[in-house]
Amino acid sequence: MPSLKDLKNRINSVKSTQKITAAMKMVAAAKLRRAQEQAEAARPFAERMERVLSSLAGGMAGQEGASPLLAGTGADTVHLVVVMTSDRGLCGAFNSSIARGARRVIRDLLGQGKQVKILCVGRKGRDQLRRDFGKLIIGTIEDVGRPRLGFDAADMIAHRVLEMFEAGEFDVCTVIYNQFKSAITQIVTVQQLIPFAQPEPAAGAANAGGERPFYEYEPSEEEILSELLPRNLAVQFYKALLENAASEHGARMTAMDNATRNAGDMINKLSITYNRTRQATITKELIEIISGAEAV
Amino acid sequence: MADQIQFELVAPERLLLSQPVEMIVLPGAEGDFGVLPGHAPFVSTIRPGVIAVFDGGQVTERLFIAGGFAEVTPERCTVLAEEAMPVGQLDRGAIDTQMREARNDLADAKDDGDRAAAETRITVAEAKLAAMEGTVY
Repeated sequence: MPSLKDLKNRINSVKSTQKITAAMKMVAAAKLRRAQEQAEAARPFAERMERVLSSLAGGMAGQEGASPLLAGTGADTVHLVVVMTSDRGLCGAFNSSIARGARRVIRDLLGQGKQVKILCVGRKGRDQLRRDFGKLIIGTIEDVGRPRLGFDAADMIAHRVLEMFEAGEFDVCTVIYNQFKSAITQIVTVQQLIPFAQPEPAAGAANAGGERPFYEYEPSEEEILSELLPRNLAVQFYKALLENAASEHGARMTAMDNATRNAGDMINKLSITYNRTRQATITKELIEIISGAEAV
Repeated sequence: MADQIQFELVAPERLLLSQPVEMIVLPGAEGDFGVLPGHAPFVSTIRPGVIAVFDGGQVTERLFIAGGFAEVTPERCTVLAEEAMPVGQLDRGAIDTQMREARNDLADAKDDGDRAAAETRITVAEAKLAAMEGTVY
């Protein structure tokens, strides 16, 4: 049976842990709000980019000499999987669920006899995947979005991926990230970026494109497309990074909320034990005194 | 209103401007072009330069843009910018520093990629300077 002093120490330590988790929860909530605002602000650009791109791509798809970013390299043997996680832990199942999703995708690809390369964005993803696929990881990008998540971070990732693509190091690029739904729910999303997979509704609109306005292009269609596609890649990465950041803070907020509540429960239990023990000690001492007095 | 066109300027990080205007003059890759309501559908790349927004026959706003794309339809003109800011917010000291850094990088550039990147930065800085001194339409 633990002594009174031990119990007191434990209660104090749980109390200070609770203070930390409560503070982390507040910080995560504030950061979540900011991340959401940022995601909101980035939406118009992505939407319009998509509109221009799909009207362009609609006309270009299936044509000879279309950019490999749009049409693919023609091969399907080497896959690059970009796994986006956070750099820091203590955010519930956030990182593990991405790692689990990534493992499933990678196993699938390996099972089909494809070659897989992994690019990790965020330290935690690398740590989790290293055990199973250590040899497949070709690089890690860390400290993304510090101090502030900006478009240049996404641009940097896009550049790195594009360089590899141009060097012919892979054929298909897929990104795995957590899509933010609410502070409690995040959806692991697998999205193919290269070749550019057209969103379904846009593809439908392009097919019914007879009545769509015919654009004039300056300079040529190909030139615009060849500039637009790399830009689009950066935009997609940016979107994924923002979603991921919002998800991370949401997940951390929920996790810390739970932790705070659990710490509260634990303090209650420990206090009861402490009080009982103290009472028992007092009773024992009384019995000793009384029986001593009786014996005299 | 029939004689106005919806103008939107969007950067990756936020929506900079969205308002109906009378006319916009954009620095297209192959020359400046003006957009009035009812313009034919048109897509163009943008070189670094100044966007002039006209209202009531006057330039109401001048915005510097470091490059991007413009999509024009009869009712709407959307500019996807990489970097954009009102000309009034350009800072000569900062531009000079950028210019110097870019020149140094150009001198240190080891391969074509680095050289092209540095050259782009110089072009942008030069365009910024030109924008500060440029005449108003």
